[in-house]
Amino acid sequence: MHKIAILLTAALMLGCLTFGHHTRAAIDAYAFPDETLRDRYNGLIDELRCPQCLNTNLAGSDAMVAKDLRREVHRLVLEGKSDEQVLDFMYERYGDFILYEPRFKPGTWLLWLGPIALLFLAIFFGIRFSRRSSQVSDLTEDEDRKIDQLLKSQESSTDK
Amino acid sequence: MTEPTAELVQDSLNDKVRERSDPNEKPRNLKTLLVPLVVFLSLVGILAIGFQLEDPHKLPSVLIDRPFPQFAMRELYDAQRTVTQNDFKGQVSLVNVWATWCPNCVIEHPQLTAIAASGVPLYGINYNDVDEKAKGWLQRYGNPFTFNIVDDEGKLGIDLGVYGAPETFVLDKDGVIQYKHIGEVTQRDWLLTIKPLIEQLERDS
Repeated sequence: MHKIAILLTAALMLGCLTFGHHTRAAIDAYAFPDETLRDRYNGLIDELRCPQCLNTNLAGSDAMVAKDLRREVHRLVLEGKSDEQVLDFMYERYGDFILYEPRFKPGTWLLWLGPIALLFLAIFFGIRFSRRSSQVSDLTEDEDRKIDQLLKSQESSTDK
Repeated sequence: MTEPTAELVQDSLNDKVRERSDPNEKPRNLKTLLVPLVVFLSLVGILAIGFQLEDPHKLPSVLIDRPFPQFAMRELYDAQRTVTQNDFKGQVSLVNVWATWCPNCVIEHPQLTAIAASGVPLYGINYNDVDEKAKGWLQRYGNPFTFNIVDDEGKLGIDLGVYGAPETFVLDKDGVIQYKHIGEVTQRDWLLTIKPLIEQLERDS
């Protein structure tokens, strides 16, 4: 029963991971001199969020601003800008929102560190609770062993 | 032979049971059990308030307190004329991003017309649009703009972090962006936010 529950949860989580990958709604006929640039372009428009549509990336959006921004990404990539420079370009104009992976700065500390802090809290309390519940008996190991022996001898005697 | 051992086992088991059901421990357990629930509920409360606090469509602009981005673009009615960011300097002004495909631009137009009539310089950026359509639109609804910048590819829009229309920027006398309004400017927005800001900027400089 327990195992089934764990398996189901794992399957659900895996499902979330795979379905989280975005579909590509828009097809632009952009030319690239080589495949590396095309890959970088595709990577960037996957990584950048469409400012208009709340939860779609540039690759998946048909909004006017998304088309314009894809054109800019294409231009910047062809101009020889690095991925970091393209992301900076977008960040300077559209701010935190445009990046699916927010930058680490005072305003986003809680966002980055909050889950880790929660995890440590959970571990801390988990250990405390499990310790308390295992410390029910004050019997020494010696006494425990005696009880076990007595139980065994009782079982074997009733078997006979 | 079996009887005394059974009793002994029973005794020690009873001991264990007694320790588990210590009457002093019960209320403390109940409290500790409630802690996660309270924490969870307060988290839900904070998030519920947080999500309603602001319209998620209204993104904060990173351009506040920065000079208007550099550009050199054509004017709608005077193709020979090149407009630049320097044309905004000298007076506190409003720059409005509009387009003929934008229904809310029609809604806000009477308000913009009234603002321009009150003497505040109002400049237009015709965003991702077609010249002929734009001219027809202005003829139909009236033209309150001192001049219109033609941004038919949305390039200036990107430099301004525009993601839709209408958007309105308030610039100080030095052409520095002081405020960005997303969506149509209503009379309420004008009276409560933009007009006081303009008056303050005029006093400051």
